[in-house]
Amino acid sequence: MNTLTPPTFEWLQLAPVLTVLVAACLGIVIEALVPRRWRFVSQIALFEVAVLVAFVFLVISWRLPADSMGLMAMGSISLDGPTYLMWGSLLVFGLLSLLVFSERDLDNGATAFAASAASVPGSPSEAEANTARHEHSEVFPLALFSLSGMMVFCAANDLLTAFVALEVMSLPLYLLSGMARKRRLLSQEAALKYFLLGALSSAFFLFGVALVYGYSGSFQFSAINDSISDPVYGRGLLYTGIVMLAIGLLFKIGAVPFHNWVPDVYVGAPTPVTGFMAICTKLAAVGATVRVFYVAFGAERWSWQPLLATVAVITMALGVVVALTQTDMKRLLAYSSISHAGFILVAVVGATAGGNGQMNSFGSILFYLIAYGFATIAAFAIVTMVRDSAGEVHAISGWAGLGRKNPLLAGIFALLMLSFAGIPLTGGFIGKWAVFSAAWRGGYSWLVLAAVAFSLVAAYVYIRVIVLMFFAEPTTGVAVGRASGMTWVPVGLGAIASVYLGLFPGPLLDLVTSASTFLR
Amino acid sequence: MTFPWLTFLGLVPLVGAGVMCLPIKQIARGVAMVFALLTVVVAIGVTVLYVGGTPLAEKAPWIPAFGAWWSVGLDGMALVMVLLTAVLVPIVLLAEWNVTGTGRWNAQAFFGLVLVLESLSLFVFMSTDVLLFYLFFEATLIPMYFLIGGFGGPRRAYAAVKFLLFSLAGGLVMLASVIGLYVWSIRLTGTPTYLLSELSKLDLGTNIGRWLMLGFLIAFIVKAPMVPVHTWLPTATEQSTPGTSVLLVGILDKIGTFGMIRFCLGLFPEASQWVAPVMVVLALISIIYGAVAAIGSTNLLRLVAYTSISHFGFMVLGIYTFTSAGITGSIFYMLNHGFSTAALFLVLGFLITRRGSALVGDYGGVQKLAPVLTGVFLMAGLSGLALPGMSSFVSEFMVLAGTWSRQPVVGAIATLGTVLAAVYILLMFQRTMTGPVTAATAEHFTTDATAREKWVAAPLIAIILLLGFLPNIALGVIEPTAQQAMIQVKVTDPVAPLGEEAK
Repeated sequence: MNTLTPPTFEWLQLAPVLTVLVAACLGIVIEALVPRRWRFVSQIALFEVAVLVAFVFLVISWRLPADSMGLMAMGSISLDGPTYLMWGSLLVFGLLSLLVFSERDLDNGATAFAASAASVPGSPSEAEANTARHEHSEVFPLALFSLSGMMVFCAANDLLTAFVALEVMSLPLYLLSGMARKRRLLSQEAALKYFLLGALSSAFFLFGVALVYGYSGSFQFSAINDSISDPVYGRGLLYTGIVMLAIGLLFKIGAVPFHNWVPDVYVGAPTPVTGFMAICTKLAAVGATVRVFYVAFGAERWSWQPLLATVAVITMALGVVVALTQTDMKRLLAYSSISHAGFILVAVVGATAGGNGQMNSFGSILFYLIAYGFATIAAFAIVTMVRDSAGEVHAISGWAGLGRKNPLLAGIFALLMLSFAGIPLTGGFIGKWAVFSAAWRGGYSWLVLAAVAFSLVAAYVYIRVIVLMFFAEPTTGVAVGRASGMTWVPVGLGAIASVYLGLFPGPLLDLVTSASTFLR
Repeated sequence: MTFPWLTFLGLVPLVGAGVMCLPIKQIARGVAMVFALLTVVVAIGVTVLYVGGTPLAEKAPWIPAFGAWWSVGLDGMALVMVLLTAVLVPIVLLAEWNVTGTGRWNAQAFFGLVLVLESLSLFVFMSTDVLLFYLFFEATLIPMYFLIGGFGGPRRAYAAVKFLLFSLAGGLVMLASVIGLYVWSIRLTGTPTYLLSELSKLDLGTNIGRWLMLGFLIAFIVKAPMVPVHTWLPTATEQSTPGTSVLLVGILDKIGTFGMIRFCLGLFPEASQWVAPVMVVLALISIIYGAVAAIGSTNLLRLVAYTSISHFGFMVLGIYTFTSAGITGSIFYMLNHGFSTAALFLVLGFLITRRGSALVGDYGGVQKLAPVLTGVFLMAGLSGLALPGMSSFVSEFMVLAGTWSRQPVVGAIATLGTVLAAVYILLMFQRTMTGPVTAATAEHFTTDATAREKWVAAPLIAIILLLGFLPNIALGVIEPTAQQAMIQVKVTDPVAPLGEEAK
């Protein structure tokens, strides 16, 4: 009582997050001190170095003979196999999306971001900023802040840390969504929508935190789980709390019925930001969801499994059916992203542990996310490259005949579509196999049948795009922009990874299954 | 470690397809042909090794977490299908030597896609691991989709999508069963496995076995097209080039009947017996419906597609009446049908190139203008109606005899199919080749068969006659597979095996 224990902090183990966070702060300093013409270049150098250093720290800390796993920072961060894997994938996908952020060759030396986001669209001050070739190089620190939030969100071991991380991750994204250079009103509308709905979902999350605290007397996941096995109060508080938390989490994942923001925000946000949100946010949110449900509510799985199964079915159904009717490429990818959230939830519902060296739910989910991530990043990067005089071409009809104009790019896009559709020889197929088998092993064979049926509809969505690109007459005025390596590296890597993961998934599958035990 | 002959065999055309990606437009077709012929040579080498008794099976870990192996091997049925594939591809390439498409869909792309398809098909027939089989089974759809969609008639994009959606629907149902096998192999043995040899030892129980079998069977029914899920086939053959149709009907559709024997009978013997009555009825419907629809067809390409549906009915009938004669006949039928349909489609292709139409009504009196083409057409047609002396006669007779010994009534109804076959083939021949020379025919048929066209037809006709007079060359290889299938399903012939008298 009289002695105060000083808080402990494991610097080395947490270095990956800290590096990203420090780099984000340094980015702000650069904005303040470095002359305007050097800012952009220094920001690029900074994020590249920061992510690489963070990755090196991650590997070093994982390779530590002792203390590589455990509860860190006074039990608020759970550093276990899943955390390492999520951090690793977040860093890789974060780096790839940030590369797309820094593409300047496609639009006459300008990025995809507004020259002056604060000026009114169409106003003289906007024109002035455009002529002066100003640019918002603070998008990089913003993305890094968001990335650090994501890393903490999927590793958080108590609900409060999770909530703070959720906000750190979301706030920069709201801003980034509103900064598109073209179609600025749409972009600002998207940002506002995202912010209002996001704030609402955060409120639900916080309410859930309070209720669960009321039930269990603790924020710690393990303590919550213990109190479920050994209840003091009735379950009313707990169930309401679970539902509230689920709303907050499912909103970030983009699952139906909390998906309404996805199409509008994906369309309105600058395309590089959409790519970043589509994979990194989803990765972090799914990671946090799995951790909350498996670790904190693992003992209560019989109550939440039917709930999530229902959400999974309606998410897949709505995602694929509405995607069928889309005429806008980014909207189509948005609905496809919703349907993928549904397929991921199928595995979450399964909640299988798996024996030694066998597939389990988390391994399947992570493999699916990685395969989906590579395809998504490359797909959105390609969306930035297909342009006409007004900028990116989002109307799907504008993509007609792309296979004749640029067979390589169209071929890659077709490959990514096949991966989304889960056709064999692509990573998407192995991912689909993994999530379906996880659900079946968890006793949800009916869910697998439903998912198989929706896969067929989904396949039609993607095949339609391929038909259009290869078998339709080309439209005039649309061309593939000459992009620099900043765009081509993610596109190329995404394509190679999609094929590689389809042919030789063994090593990655072994990795994700070997390190998929959550610490409690 | 011995040389991986089977993997090598499958990779030869794939390497050829890789070469097709290079900018070698001038010599692309020649290079593709070299690779196709090289595949034939390797396939013959593999056959010699197989007949000589060399163990060819290869096995290496592929996805340990799924229990999936890179496992390829041959049995008699796989061997004849491999040979069929290897032999048909160079013939198709020669027949489609002047294929054209729009824009970048040129001959180089066509030849490259055919080689990719050949490689994937070879692996489909050689896979002895269920997941590996599934992977290639689905992957064959992609090159075929582009072959249909890139080259052919005005509604080819529609035909390609229809083909792909039907096949994907079947394939996804099968995916559910494939995953089910994984789940149950873990539940029953503790470790996942996809090896056919180990899965066939599992005792799945009646209910689970039936459900899983249905998943496989539905995919194969769509693939082999049986009525009522056959509608994609006439559309596809009508819109695609004859060469594509040969690959589609001659090779890809065989995966359906191939899969029924290897997977449905091999993994789920009890469930296969359970479903047999339904399959027999479906087969009869396919035989009769296909034949009647063929008689009513006004489009030659659709007509041949319907004859194939009727023939696939015979194959399925042979499989699901469980006699060694029937199953042997079925497998032999798969081989013969490949060659006789190839001959029909390719000769039709030559006719259509000249006339510019595939409608029966646009022809008439061709035999006076192009006697060689007509002769080849007649040979191909007679092979299609299973005339004695042609290889298809032997197989059709074996299927019917096998069926008769098990279910005489079914055998009697199926025999109607052979009568109808004579009607549709001879009517088609009469309407297009005989009669007075019409003005339009005279205008278009200025040349008889060219040297290239003769070289396409000659090997096909030769093989058909060879296997017709000396069927034992093939039957000797096929029979052990049929016996094996009989043992797996635990049935014996109702009478002494027919093979004894046939020999």
